[in-house]
Amino acid sequence: MFRFILNKLALIIPTFIGITIVAFAFVRVLPGDPILLLAGERGVDPERYQQLLVQFGYDRPIWVQYFDYLWGLFQGDFGNSISTKRPVLGEFLTLFPATLELSFFAIIFATSLGIPAGIIAAVRRGSIFDQLTMGVALTGYSMPIFWWGLLLIILFSGTLGWTPVSGRISLLYFFPAVTGFMTIDSWLSGQAGAFRSAVSHLILPTIVLGTIPLAVIARQTRSAMLEVLGEDYVRTARAKGLSPRRVIGLHALRNALIPVITTIGLQVGVLMAGAILTETIFSWPGIGKWMVDSISRRDYPVVQGGLVLIAGIVMMVNLIVDLLYGLINPRIRHQ
Amino acid sequence: MSLFEVENLTIVFDTSAGPFTALDGVSYSVNNGEVLAIVGESGSGKSVAMLAVMGLLPDTATVTADKMNFEGRDLLHMTAEERRKIIGKEIAMIFQEPVASLNPCFTVGFQIEEVLAEHLKLDKKSRRVRAIELLHSVGIMDAVDRLSSYPHQMSGGQCQRVMIAIAIACEPKVLIADEPTTALDVTIQKQILDLLLQLQADHGMGLIMITHDMGVVAETADRVIVQYQGSKMEESDVLTLFEAPQHAYTKALLSALPENATGDRLPTVGEFMVEQQPGDSA
Amino acid sequence: MSETIAPASENARLKMLSEFWHYFSQNRGAVVGLIVFGLLVLIAIFAPLIAPHGPFEQYRDALLTPPMWQEGGSARFILGTDAVGRDILSRLIHGSRYSLFIGVVVVTIALTGGILVGLIAGYFRGWVDSTIMRVMDIILAFPSLLLALVLVAILGPGLTNAMIAIAIVLQPHFARLTRAAVLSELGREYVTSARVVGAGHLRLMFVTILPNCVAPLIVQGTLSFSTAILDAAALGFLGMGAQPPTPEWGTMLADAREFILRAWWVVTFPGIAILVTVLAINLIGDGMRDALDPKLKRS
Repeated sequence: MFRFILNKLALIIPTFIGITIVAFAFVRVLPGDPILLLAGERGVDPERYQQLLVQFGYDRPIWVQYFDYLWGLFQGDFGNSISTKRPVLGEFLTLFPATLELSFFAIIFATSLGIPAGIIAAVRRGSIFDQLTMGVALTGYSMPIFWWGLLLIILFSGTLGWTPVSGRISLLYFFPAVTGFMTIDSWLSGQAGAFRSAVSHLILPTIVLGTIPLAVIARQTRSAMLEVLGEDYVRTARAKGLSPRRVIGLHALRNALIPVITTIGLQVGVLMAGAILTETIFSWPGIGKWMVDSISRRDYPVVQGGLVLIAGIVMMVNLIVDLLYGLINPRIRHQ
Repeated sequence: MSLFEVENLTIVFDTSAGPFTALDGVSYSVNNGEVLAIVGESGSGKSVAMLAVMGLLPDTATVTADKMNFEGRDLLHMTAEERRKIIGKEIAMIFQEPVASLNPCFTVGFQIEEVLAEHLKLDKKSRRVRAIELLHSVGIMDAVDRLSSYPHQMSGGQCQRVMIAIAIACEPKVLIADEPTTALDVTIQKQILDLLLQLQADHGMGLIMITHDMGVVAETADRVIVQYQGSKMEESDVLTLFEAPQHAYTKALLSALPENATGDRLPTVGEFMVEQQPGDSA
Repeated sequence: MSETIAPASENARLKMLSEFWHYFSQNRGAVVGLIVFGLLVLIAIFAPLIAPHGPFEQYRDALLTPPMWQEGGSARFILGTDAVGRDILSRLIHGSRYSLFIGVVVVTIALTGGILVGLIAGYFRGWVDSTIMRVMDIILAFPSLLLALVLVAILGPGLTNAMIAIAIVLQPHFARLTRAAVLSELGREYVTSARVVGAGHLRLMFVTILPNCVAPLIVQGTLSFSTAILDAAALGFLGMGAQPPTPEWGTMLADAREFILRAWWVVTFPGIAILVTVLAINLIGDGMRDALDPKLKRS
């Protein structure tokens, strides 16, 4: 088990180095002068250019520049945003809780519906429920989710008027951000209707962001269950005279969940990518929207920093999932 | 006293290539303290019959019989719930692949104690004590350590012993063993067979041994049923079977044993089955 | 698959094909998907003949007309018009060309690149393998859409660059698959016998091993086809893919965003087009996976 952990950790380091190299190279690969791009200035006179050159370290050999960059990263220096002039890391930390909150609820939505659906579909293989659920799941990940979001807005916000169109909370409310999670903060603020507003703003984005994970989890659960249900140990459990609920819910499910948990973890990467579109549609102030806006605004320090941060997070989550897998799979946990 | 009475059992499977008759009108009976061997090659339907009795067949199987009784109780028309009270407790079954037959996510102790909790409703402490007892009785001496072991940490032979322990936990009246030694090393095979016979004698159980190995039949059985492609070819006591086999197929099986080899070619079943019809020759 | 001899004869291939079709056609969804996809291909080929109007023609007198069956609609524009008076149905029909084109190009690039890389990694092993797989891991560490966006930012917005970006992002999946298949095939006897006979590296890789790795690659290919269409639409929607006035379905949705509450048809129909196309391809992909997976073969 210990060796397993070490192996996994060892693999991360070259990948992380690679990520930083990609981000480092990114600015230099863009069309245009990297120094001017980083500074966000145009048409500068030679004196100012020389200033910027030294400021950004371009007078030094490239590998020194890289190590300076790397060292800066470890110290939390990801550069400054051109548009807001503030440190990239700071902006990231302000905006990340919004994406985190949305992703959190999206995963809850996806698992609480997806796993039971997959189990029932597997147990009742070939039934109407099975075909319907899997059909819906297939449709779910065949849809462009930005369109799905727009459709839901048309229906629920436009025609029915049940949900708001954008943002995290009604503009009526203002309170200090304690955790960054709008649901918690609105609750803590004690203002009447604030919590309700926060929740109603979460509904549509959660559904939109959670649709693809829901579909994938439902399908994965079903196929994992189907495989497990055919195993010998399930037959033994039945031969013991155990109730179907125990056979399926305990003996089968415990084994089927092992690959499913891996899938759930990997969906985090999907969520980070999906968040870009969902946040754009719902004007949700998270890191996805931040990245898209920065790219169109040519705020390249943000893009560069955002790349490292987001990829780094995805990498950490994948590592945790890998380790978790080693923990819950008894064959790995016990030698 | 007859524990088990099955008459004219027919099992038809609903497959994509049409209905497939796995078992065609075969009858079985087992008495107290008796060892019945069901012999046949793959596809003879020997396992299917016992799986039907246990209620372990999938929904695609249609099971019909004139009679399927256990101690006078009608197994065929029982509800699933009623049947669940009997299997694992009064009728138990062990299977061919012992390591695969145990759940990899739970300890051996958990899987043994589960049966005790389900049928005997023992409390935690009694379950532990009884589990250790059971492991001793199947020849696993470091029982306390083994309780917290996982199946993948044990050998095939040890896993089969655990399966046997689970099976006899509630002192069943009948134990069905479906090719229990086929997947094991030859040296372990003998140990497991001896264990089964010893337990059978100690507890006075009926033992149904499903096998394709005539050697196993010779070692263990009192009575033998020979099956081929879903039908019964012959049924007799073990001595008669070996000394004076009636049916051509039985003769074919016996002459295919390496011990009986004369000349330089082993005969095939086909050579014996030229004119014979399936029949019950008890 | 056979153990000692690689199935290279014509007869064996025909038999595999008919066996494949037998299993594939049992899956109703897959057959429906195939029919729909076939229709799409026909629509794309004959687009100029089928479409009632040109995709770029603007009718100034008919801005934002509703679909035919709604009040204010007309039979001239069956599905209505967009904000500059272009017929939506015609644009959808022409848009099918772009979507299919995108799928084909992206999958071809990703497949070719991925197979090459995977073959080299799996065959030569050692540090070549490690390096290549690390690079693949790095690409996979970035969320796919984000990486595609950044690549397009570097290359400049436009359909071609979007396709290249998506192909790069999807390529590691093919590389990994190929490598895994190569690794498992390398131990087989037919490879050893070919080597003994004196087959060179190239021949071993492409002629001997590759044909036997084809099944998972086909399944991944169909999956990537649909991912490519979705990702290209997403990039178009964000303004980084095909540029207006191109009638690419995702780009059509970008234009439509401000009108969602006023003119639902401008948003709904392009999305339905994407959905139907991707669904059809996914159904085919599912059917292929079931038909090619030996574990699930029924008697």
